[in-house]
Amino acid sequence: MSDYREPTYAEVNRDILRTLLETGSRYWIVFGITATIAIVCFYIPWIYQWHVGLGASGQSRSDVWGTYLSNFIFWIGLSHSGTLLSAVLHITRSGWRKAIYRSAEAMTLFSLMTAAFFVLIHLGRVWFVHWSVPVPNQMGLWPNFRSPLLFDVMAITTYLTASSIFIYMGSVPDYAAVRDASTGLRRRLYTIFSFGWRGTAREWHTLGWAYTFFAVFVIPLAVSVHSIVSWDFAMSLVPGLHHTIFAPYFVCGAIYSGTAGIVTVMYLLRRCLNLERYIREIHLDNLGKLLIALSLIWAYINILELFTGWYSGSSFQYEALTYKLFGYYAPLYWEMILFCAFIPQLIFWKKIRSSWNIMFVISILINIGMLTERFLIVSTSLPRKFLPNAFGFYFPSLVEISITIGSFALFATLFLIFIKWTPCVSIYEVKETLKPLRRVE
Amino acid sequence: MGKMRDKLKQYLKPGYYEKYDYHWGMTIDLDRCTGCEACVVACQAENNLPIVGEKRFKERREIKWLRVERYWEGEYPNIKLRFIPMLCQHCDQAPCETPCPVAATYHNQDGLNTQIYNRCIGTRTCAVYCPYEVRYFNWFTYKWDEPLEQQLNPDVTVREKGVMEKCTFCIQRIRQAKDHAKDDGRRRVRDGEVTPACVQSCPTKAMVFGDLNDPNSRVSKMYKNPRGYKVLEELNTLPKIVYLKKADSDV
Repeated sequence: MSDYREPTYAEVNRDILRTLLETGSRYWIVFGITATIAIVCFYIPWIYQWHVGLGASGQSRSDVWGTYLSNFIFWIGLSHSGTLLSAVLHITRSGWRKAIYRSAEAMTLFSLMTAAFFVLIHLGRVWFVHWSVPVPNQMGLWPNFRSPLLFDVMAITTYLTASSIFIYMGSVPDYAAVRDASTGLRRRLYTIFSFGWRGTAREWHTLGWAYTFFAVFVIPLAVSVHSIVSWDFAMSLVPGLHHTIFAPYFVCGAIYSGTAGIVTVMYLLRRCLNLERYIREIHLDNLGKLLIALSLIWAYINILELFTGWYSGSSFQYEALTYKLFGYYAPLYWEMILFCAFIPQLIFWKKIRSSWNIMFVISILINIGMLTERFLIVSTSLPRKFLPNAFGFYFPSLVEISITIGSFALFATLFLIFIKWTPCVSIYEVKETLKPLRRVE
Repeated sequence: MGKMRDKLKQYLKPGYYEKYDYHWGMTIDLDRCTGCEACVVACQAENNLPIVGEKRFKERREIKWLRVERYWEGEYPNIKLRFIPMLCQHCDQAPCETPCPVAATYHNQDGLNTQIYNRCIGTRTCAVYCPYEVRYFNWFTYKWDEPLEQQLNPDVTVREKGVMEKCTFCIQRIRQAKDHAKDDGRRRVRDGEVTPACVQSCPTKAMVFGDLNDPNSRVSKMYKNPRGYKVLEELNTLPKIVYLKKADSDV
């Protein structure tokens, strides 16, 4: 498959701009389907829930948190790899990042937006959500700065802002390329998007400097975001959640599911937009190696979690652990272990690592596993806290299941809008990796 | 500069519960408790708790600020039934207070753990953090049918959907008692002047309520009872309710 001729500069422009400028009927059909699912399965149930109250969900007294929060962690996690990976690879000057980073960063952006929706869905009185933002007001009321949830609001908004600036800044020269290749309204629009980019040496220098600055800025942010998300859980006294390992566990899991998500998106982009010449085996190979490393760390932390519960000598911990391993949701637990710890070990084989189809399947299995992991975090610990009288059982309601399905459609819709708005492969950086054809002396 | 240093010193050593007048606490004598649930009904009536109906009850969405937990001990012929009334412990180091992003739950100057319904945005974090599971969420806006709304307590608000609520130690009665004391020209409320609805209704007088700052109050004396213990004390939440152990004849 790797016998593609290396494209010329003009071909790079043409190939990638084609994905923006030519829109086939297939795109509109897929877009129509995802947008419809997003409205029917995501927004309509949400409006219904808004109307009747949170009782529309399956949550009850002891399990007051449910899939809304577990999906929130999942989407935040999925957002983790894009910008982080792009920034790390930029700083370490890994050339292979250049063809894939734009879509990875877009994934970050849109999964963060989806996650933000889940925070809103989760709230009992969403119409007062602005109270959790420190806005000076007449009554002198401030949010509670000790609350991990407030850290969370801060961390996520910062991360969302930084990663949108990061992706936008990296796209400016490409917006200029779109501007040059288009006419009419689109041309005028992209003139604004590209800030009148002309490609002078000074502009390139500033871009490079600013981009590296942001890359350095974003890395600690990405690590902090998921640590803080984990503190929402770990700072409680709940036996299954009150672990110091939670922050690294969440960060590692987040990068893990995010990297798998990148593989999935890569595969689809390559297939649907005919970008075989740009997204190549080397990307798959490197992402595969990363996945193995992450799956091993993830498995290690999972074993560690069992041992801390086991060695704690606390009956509450035992109860939480037993419920997780052998309770009602035990099949889900073992499914998660299979999908996230055992199946990814297949990637050790070069043959599997370089097969797009198998990697696509594995990447989806990993994310199914990670989705269940997040679900188990809330559904197995909260119903088994301290007082046996208050033990409960959580099962998501139809509204919750529908919103979960709808969130994937929402993400897909946003992503589909994105690929028609920004070149999903960085044109100028792909050109940097090509051998110069002929130097003008 | 010196003034600022004093302020800082004051800030570092708040000791607010010594500075203020009251430190409300309660003891529950399990030897006297028969599990009759009169307290549960009294609480329901006093604090405008909604009657959620059978369907919601089965979904475990009932709202009972005070519940009587029932535990079976032992196997069939030697079986025993235990009761323990469980209500908000008004912990001095309340785990539910730190996580609220909008500070809707806080410690007031009487040492009570209070919930501000108007400020609550319904993240339900406090309920997750509470080890006693005594925080109840309004999953729906409940309605009182025709004649029932006549019995709503005018001193207590009616909560809407999406708001967390819990036992307040009948704060409206505490306020009233303080006001009366002030009208009489007294600085302090006398012992026994405040009785929460549950304490008032207990037929066996198993519950005692009062001010822990007053060493001569009944509750302070009961606090020293050797049978006393606190639920989940090992979590270091410093709960304010002391349970007096049931004395078994056959142990």
